[in-house]
Amino acid sequence: MGTVIEVEDLRYTYMENTPLAHQALAGVQLSVEEGECVAIIGHTGSGKSTLIQHFNGLLRPQQGRVRVDGQDLSDPGLDLKGLRRKVGLVFQNPEDQLFEKWVGDDVAFGPLKMGLPLKEVRDRVRWAMEMAGLSFEAMKDRPTYALSGGQKRKVALAGVLALRPKVLVLDEPTAGLDPRSRKELLGRIEGFNRREKMTVIFVSHNMEEVACLADRIFVMAAGQIVAQGTPREIFGNREVLLQHRIGAPETVEILYRIQGLGYPVDVGAYELDSAAAEIVSILRPQGVKSHGPGI
Amino acid sequence: MKEPLIRMEGVSFDYRLNSEEVVRVLRDVSLDIYPGEYVAIIGHNGSGKSTLAKHFNGILKPTEGNVYVAGFNTKDDRYRREIRRRVGMVFQHPDNQIVATIVEDDVAFGLENIGVPPREMRKRIDAALEAVGMSSYRNRPPHHLSGGQKQRVAIAGVLAMEPRCLVLDEATSMLDAHGRREILQVLRRLHQRGMTIIAVSHHMSEAAEADRVLVIEAGRIAMEGPPREIFQRQELLRRLQLDIPVATRLAGRIHERVPDFQPDLIHPREIVDEVVRIAGKKGAAG
Ligand SMILES: Nc1ncnc2c1ncn2[C@@H]1O[C@H](COP(=O)(O)OP(=O)(O)OP(=O)(O)O)[C@@H](O)[C@H]1O
Ligand SMILES: Nc1ncnc2c1ncn2[C@@H]1O[C@H](COP(=O)(O)OP(=O)(O)OP(=O)(O)O)[C@@H](O)[C@H]1O
Ligand SMILES: [Mg+2]
Ligand SMILES: [Mg+2]
Repeated sequence: MGTVIEVEDLRYTYMENTPLAHQALAGVQLSVEEGECVAIIGHTGSGKSTLIQHFNGLLRPQQGRVRVDGQDLSDPGLDLKGLRRKVGLVFQNPEDQLFEKWVGDDVAFGPLKMGLPLKEVRDRVRWAMEMAGLSFEAMKDRPTYALSGGQKRKVALAGVLALRPKVLVLDEPTAGLDPRSRKELLGRIEGFNRREKMTVIFVSHNMEEVACLADRIFVMAAGQIVAQGTPREIFGNREVLLQHRIGAPETVEILYRIQGLGYPVDVGAYELDSAAAEIVSILRPQGVKSHGPGI
Repeated sequence: MKEPLIRMEGVSFDYRLNSEEVVRVLRDVSLDIYPGEYVAIIGHNGSGKSTLAKHFNGILKPTEGNVYVAGFNTKDDRYRREIRRRVGMVFQHPDNQIVATIVEDDVAFGLENIGVPPREMRKRIDAALEAVGMSSYRNRPPHHLSGGQKQRVAIAGVLAMEPRCLVLDEATSMLDAHGRREILQVLRRLHQRGMTIIAVSHHMSEAAEADRVLVIEAGRIAMEGPPREIFQRQELLRRLQLDIPVATRLAGRIHERVPDFQPDLIHPREIVDEVVRIAGKKGAAG
């Protein structure tokens, strides 16, 4: 086990040296360990997408340092191809990621570039599409422009999974997915992380999925990491949430409102069952808090 | 009885893939949307929601059947302007909506098209950008914004048009919970002032805000009704790859152990009220 991603005092300004210059990263500090699953959250425009685009070398550090698996991204001799194979990045906007005319070709693009034998490419495409929640048979010959919003996101995701990266970086992976697709995808991401020890870094506005998936959360605001901790630590800290205008899981929001009325509840209990138990405990004053049935 | 603002009669729609192949996406859909209604549309990926939404202001025209907006048939190109000024649409993908190189101009674009006088235009642009919290970005290029910022600008562009009916196709999918709540508040205010709202969403809690929910499955309306009724049919929803709001799930869990607790709640505020009702009654309030 070691550190996979290490970011030190990273700064990034869009359209530098023009009247439209805009600083998006203002000294980011963070590190991610091998096999971790971390979430990056923060208000609109706080710099999340800009930050993670550095992880596979799509953006190069203007100032500060980014190291990925021991490689320094400022190194002029950086093996960018190797890096992209190691770190798979799924964009926030899937349309930025679909190039080929046919779905199957689009997903096959990465594996073909890696020079894999055709048989293996086909197997990977099938596997990646099913993992992303797309039927291989039904979808492989569909044109990429003739897809619904959610289908596009799934194709983009499949294209990256087909690379079988060591580090998976996802920008809003479930935006636009229907509830079942979201649940299935989250389950698979969890599987990659827990069973295959894939490192997962994801940006999300959905606090339910952040709470249930992430080992650790980084909170961004104005181009910096302003807080980090476990879901319980972050969501149990009202000040951080309010100050940086980040929401909490709906369960936590409800618990805060109940607490605000003077009832004693643990607001860190974000899982549905624990939140229900917290509420039951105040509805049955004599009962002891318990997660089991028949208290 | 009021006249419907939008009437769909037996609408079917085919996308043409190539010279031989077509895919049928909408199948014999009939529905009426009345002025001042708030309608949510839910359904799994690829079920036909966006295709349906694009029929509400004539961006797509039915292969079979007819769509009328305020009585104008969308197939008749003479009414195009009349229709578009009544029904404004925010697309699923904000990049498809950007037309100008400066945020302000982007919001102004539609207004120029319908001939709004400059002073009135100024007022509307300011109000719309303010409503979505993007005033300080007015001079920035819209294609160089973050995902959530682009969505806000797209919403502002349509708000400025002050249409009678607003169609939002997953217009808040990239906003954080706060941003989403802010936009929902704006919508609620407009709705109270009489605007018709049609919102496509994968967030069940968002759909719970509507007066009526339409559930789409394979291009047909599979279910329709007030959210409280729809969200009681958990099994059917699950089969359609959908879900119920967190508040409803929570209420169900609590109800299993405290039978007095109402199970059919759909809003967070109702959970809080129910806690107060029961805990207060038992004298447990701290
Ligand atoms: N291509 C660009 N050119 C100029 N400025 C940009 C560009 N992309 C983003 N920005 C600006 O940089 C800041 C950070 O943007 P970024 O996309 O990283 O935010 P984000 O945290 O991912 O937001 P969101 O949650 O809305 O996706 C924003 O203020 C944005 O306006
Ligand atoms: N331009 C197109 N040409 C051909 N088929 C299309 C086109 N756009 C969408 N489709 C197909 O039509 C069906 C319905 O698509 P639509 O975009 O209406 O779905 P949706 O319910 O909005 O899904 P999502 O939740 O993913 O946005 C899908 O199977 C999709 O693949
Ligand atoms: Mg982003
Ligand atoms: Mg859609």
